[in-house]
Amino acid sequence: MEELGLLMQGFAVVLEPQNLLLMLVGIALGVLIGVLPGLGGANGIAILLPLTFAMPPVSAIIMLSCIYWGALFGGAITSILFNIPGEPWSVATTFDGYPMAQQGKAAEALTAAFTSSFVGAFVAIVMITFIAPVIAGFALRFGPPEFFAVMFLSFASFIGMSKGPALKTVCAMMLGFLLAAVGMDTVTGQLRMTFGSTEMIRGFDFLVAVIGLFGISEILCSIEDGLRFKGERAKIDAKVVLRVWASLPKHWWLALRSSLIGCWMGITPAGATPASFMSYGVARRMAKDGASFGKGRIEGVIAPETAAHAAGTSALLPMLTLGVPGSPTAAVLLGGLIMWGLQPGPMLFVEQKDFVWGLIASMYLGNVVGLLVVLVAVPWFAAILRVPFSIIAAIILVVCAIGAFTVSNAEFDITLMLLFGVVGYVLKKLDYPLAPLVLALVLGDRTEEAFRQSLLISQGSLGVFFSNWLVSTIMAMGFALLLWPVVSWARGLLPGRRIRGPATA
Amino acid sequence: MDSMRGLRMSMVEAGTALAFALAGLAAIGDSLRIGTGWGADGPQSGTFPFWIGLILVAASAGTLVQAVRTRAESGLFASWGQLRLVASVLVPTALYVAAIPFTGIYVASATLVAWFMHRLGGFGRARSAAAGLGVAVTCFLVFEIWFLVQLPKGPLETALGY
Repeated sequence: MEELGLLMQGFAVVLEPQNLLLMLVGIALGVLIGVLPGLGGANGIAILLPLTFAMPPVSAIIMLSCIYWGALFGGAITSILFNIPGEPWSVATTFDGYPMAQQGKAAEALTAAFTSSFVGAFVAIVMITFIAPVIAGFALRFGPPEFFAVMFLSFASFIGMSKGPALKTVCAMMLGFLLAAVGMDTVTGQLRMTFGSTEMIRGFDFLVAVIGLFGISEILCSIEDGLRFKGERAKIDAKVVLRVWASLPKHWWLALRSSLIGCWMGITPAGATPASFMSYGVARRMAKDGASFGKGRIEGVIAPETAAHAAGTSALLPMLTLGVPGSPTAAVLLGGLIMWGLQPGPMLFVEQKDFVWGLIASMYLGNVVGLLVVLVAVPWFAAILRVPFSIIAAIILVVCAIGAFTVSNAEFDITLMLLFGVVGYVLKKLDYPLAPLVLALVLGDRTEEAFRQSLLISQGSLGVFFSNWLVSTIMAMGFALLLWPVVSWARGLLPGRRIRGPATA
Repeated sequence: MDSMRGLRMSMVEAGTALAFALAGLAAIGDSLRIGTGWGADGPQSGTFPFWIGLILVAASAGTLVQAVRTRAESGLFASWGQLRLVASVLVPTALYVAAIPFTGIYVASATLVAWFMHRLGGFGRARSAAAGLGVAVTCFLVFEIWFLVQLPKGPLETALGY
């Protein structure tokens, strides 16, 4: 049980007063970010990242990851009280959460949501504690071909498991890769795709892209419906909390199943949003009276919240162990690691024990603190949404602009952010997924580097990606996922032809 | 009837696919310029973007074909009314971004907040101006004083001695 000893050391790091304070600040900011439309985990952390450069890395990651937990908690508040998902992963929570609030059971719904979020996160953290060191130890043997294969697998799984049109996922992803390649080539120093512009030499910073794609575009989408918040009121008192907690143990199987769905979807880069939908769908299908879902069933709140939080948390597992993030927010945290001068990947577990175990310990503590904070402070956070949208939108735009500027002190980045915002608005409305774009932008340079180093080893033969059982297995899994949409498309085509045949003939 | 008319989905869909294809073509062109083959130190700089560009062109061509084939049953991307609302946010924001290099971020931000409150929120002039000023001063205190982050400043800040 070496992990437990290391975990205790991690707790010693977290319990330093300065880090505890940062944790509280992070949680509070995170809930705020989760409640506000246009600010989410990914772009909220992207905006705050430049402010952490002066901090020790472990304090910085504690604060930023706590913002993430806070945002996960906060998404539920607006879903249940206002029927507005503050975050994409809390869309499924609105299905039963808002009806519960309308029936005057807002406090029950919120308590159930927060508690099951906590349970989901807890299962994921326990999994990370014990599995992460194993995977990291395994990955220490990885060479460039294996790393390329892992990246290939995670990008292939985006295409294979995407709900939308696979071609659009490919488009978004390739755009991300191209944007990542703009600027100086890290291997040869050659300038690529700058087309003579000096501003382009720096390349596209993914933080600027994230702020635009997720922040500005969200504001544009919200204004379309002439957004006006109309919410139910909620005050949680101890009696309700205890009553709900007493009723929760009978849903243990639902919670466990949802946690496992969440963990799986979080590790593979599907992310928290599909996890919450899938968990909700499974819960409805498995229930005896599935038809009553959507009318205010507590199970309909527990299932998506548990899965979303489990997925959001376990997205950090591949980020820490392999350097391949499982969600856009994890990708931003990964960008943070690189900026603080840490090399993401298995060596972290060898060289930066304090950092890794401090982070894992802060996940345990951060979620306990987060649960208490949201239970106590719900009315205050809900009050924020009573501020008129015209004020909130303007302030969020200003905050985004400041965030984009501080990434590298460049005024041009503010213009880029706005462009990314418009692009994000159009892509979102056309059902192009944004997560693969961001992940490709973050991982593009390292994917390319792994690819080129592998080819150098083999003197240009692509056979290097099938040179041993390990890399072959990962590549084969990747190809299987890639071909999945083609297979299901072809299968759908056969009967489709038959039906359409006589009609057109 | 205003809500029934607007920008058609298939138009935007096709336009976006074309834009993707153009980006791919640009990447292919630039990669061919710097070399896509095997150089002295392994694959040349253009190799990776070349193939990425090629995949992008192929995928966007597929999307374009689908958009054209399903154009009859496609609905609205957004109604004119919705687009007007989006423009009411986007145009001031674009002006805001354009103004930052000249006025600095604080003056521009104060104006943006006041404009939004007055025009979109229907607040009175005095309250809007006060809120804009408040946001700018708060940002100044948080960033310049507390976090020591230098943000773009204009003539007003210079006149005040910063």
